[in-house]
Amino acid sequence: MARKIRVLIAKPGLDGHDRGAKVVANALKDAGMEVIYTGLHQTPEMIAESAVQEDVDVVGLSILSGAHMTMFPRIMELLREKGAGDIKIVGGGIIPEEDVGKLESMGVAKVFGPGTDTREIVDFIEKNFQHAA
Amino acid sequence: MKKGARSEFEKGKRQWELSFESEPVQDVDFTTVSAESVDPLYDPDHIEGFDYCRDLGFPGEYPFTRGVYPTMYRGRFWTMRQFSGFGTARDTNGRYHYLLDHGQTGLSVAFDMPTIMGYDSDHPRAEGEVGRCGVAIDSLRDVEILFDGIDLAKITTSMTINAPASILLAFYLCTGEKRGVRFDQMGGTIQNDILKEYIAQKSWIFPPEPSMRIITDIMAFCSNRVPRWNTISISGYHIREAGSTAVQELAFTLADGFAYVEAGIRAGLDVDDFAPRLSFFFNAHLDFFEEIAKYRAARRIWAKRMRDTYGAKDPRSWLCRFHTQTAGCSLTAQQPENNIVRTAFQALSAVLGGTQSLHTNSMDETLALPSEKAVRIALRTQQLIAHETGVVNTIDPLAGSYFIEAKTRELEEKAEEYFRRVDELGGVVKAIEAGFFQREIGRSAYEYQKAVERERKIVVGVNRFQLEDEKIDIPLLKIDPQTEIEQRNAVRKVRADRDNDKAARELARLKTAAASEDNLMPVILDCARCYCTEGEIIETLKEVFGEYQEPPIF
Repeated sequence: MARKIRVLIAKPGLDGHDRGAKVVANALKDAGMEVIYTGLHQTPEMIAESAVQEDVDVVGLSILSGAHMTMFPRIMELLREKGAGDIKIVGGGIIPEEDVGKLESMGVAKVFGPGTDTREIVDFIEKNFQHAA
Repeated sequence: MKKGARSEFEKGKRQWELSFESEPVQDVDFTTVSAESVDPLYDPDHIEGFDYCRDLGFPGEYPFTRGVYPTMYRGRFWTMRQFSGFGTARDTNGRYHYLLDHGQTGLSVAFDMPTIMGYDSDHPRAEGEVGRCGVAIDSLRDVEILFDGIDLAKITTSMTINAPASILLAFYLCTGEKRGVRFDQMGGTIQNDILKEYIAQKSWIFPPEPSMRIITDIMAFCSNRVPRWNTISISGYHIREAGSTAVQELAFTLADGFAYVEAGIRAGLDVDDFAPRLSFFFNAHLDFFEEIAKYRAARRIWAKRMRDTYGAKDPRSWLCRFHTQTAGCSLTAQQPENNIVRTAFQALSAVLGGTQSLHTNSMDETLALPSEKAVRIALRTQQLIAHETGVVNTIDPLAGSYFIEAKTRELEEKAEEYFRRVDELGGVVKAIEAGFFQREIGRSAYEYQKAVERERKIVVGVNRFQLEDEKIDIPLLKIDPQTEIEQRNAVRKVRADRDNDKAARELARLKTAAASEDNLMPVILDCARCYCTEGEIIETLKEVFGEYQEPPIF
């Protein structure tokens, strides 16, 4: 049997809005994935470290404070430094369209905006990252 | 009901029930947004035992169900207070003047995340967050700029700040002091509600015990020195935004309120010395009547508890005065113009529920901080309600409605049930430590999401009535990345220009005071006066109080 997809749901930065992160974590778990939740107020270093230690396939970043253009690239850079550049990054939060394009061109696999159906997130992860496992 | 009238009523009711049951009903979810069931019709049976004087009374009279003041909006409208802040103090000062020029009647400060979490703008943890979701404040210098050209003796200001509330209050008071405004002339509110931070908003710094001590210090200080200040805005807003139901918002917020009152009494304060300055902050969500009933129930529960359980004698201690903000979590990124309509309905429920002040969200808030145009429409929404709709003409116009009175009673009873559960867990702090509120809210949030995804709950533009290939067609506010660099340089300049020996002495005094039982406010004011930064004051307190950690649960 294939290994379950392992996902780290992470809250980078100082913002405490964890409703979305927890809803997504629950939905992924209910869809049969292994979900690890970092808790709040994580630095990029803490998130990269957890991702490597937990040997995840995907990191889901939730950020609503406007710091996404700092946090996403920094976490990806740290993962590459740790030789874990193959871990995929997805994200969501209050992120303007213009920045979504920029983030996706930097290598973020997908940014899910407000109102996204959790089944869309599940499908995306299953379709794209199944074989990474 | 007289006997003849009763039999006529029962006959009519049976007939209607038969007619209702013989007709097909739509397959639509008729529960509230909180998944509470609602009957198709309310009648006198729903309010059996209703007693006008006991349950409602008159406006400005116990139990204040109909409103906290005798005149309500005939005396004055609610304060139109838009929560606002972005970039530097200078940027936000411009927005404040814009809002005041357009008829806003109070100020409300939104701080950025580093300020909320007690980091100076040049701290490594502030990177990328300075001025992003609120205004960046590091020291008294920034607050002087923030209120440049604004008369602090005339305007009242609300500050959404919790763990560092004592420090921001000190910066504000010192700004007035430097301009010759006395402490007792300044009015406003600090949110200062740390319990709901642990429960929902999650912007904590210190553990619960020292956090509660700072709060009782503020209550004691203000009751003597800043009598027009609302020392805590006990907040349901964030509990609701985190996904709670209406009942949970009502119950958890009031439970927090009881915990503050008990803490004040334990600290040796007379309840009537501080309770009149406690105020509340509720959410105005989508379910119109449920929300109105919630505000009415809140007033009644608070009045009863304050009088009967805590023995408050001063009628002002019995008043549940509250601010309302429309529900940010109800807004959609899809077809954002529709948010104007959602916000208008929500604002109307707050006004019909007797709010004392109101923030209306801007249509673009799921995408960015509000643009000038979006915030103007939001403010105009309130002005429309006040001046065009006529709903202000009569006080508590929905009183006596079978539905509203039944819902008000039901919400009160369900809140009382939660109070019992919290008591069984050993009180609010113990319930927080056990993750009780967090789990309840998380469950409600997930249930709601599933109801939306099953299309039992319809969100216009999201799971029905969508537009193909929608392009967002409204201008968004952008924060210049230069802001962070400017603000970092500014705080370094403050540290370079001040008397550093004096600053170090005051911080050392603060550390001593924190380890003692002395009231912290006077020494925090002294730190503020000599331009100690927020981050320095917080770091000093952390050395004594430590930091809170939440176990990650979902």
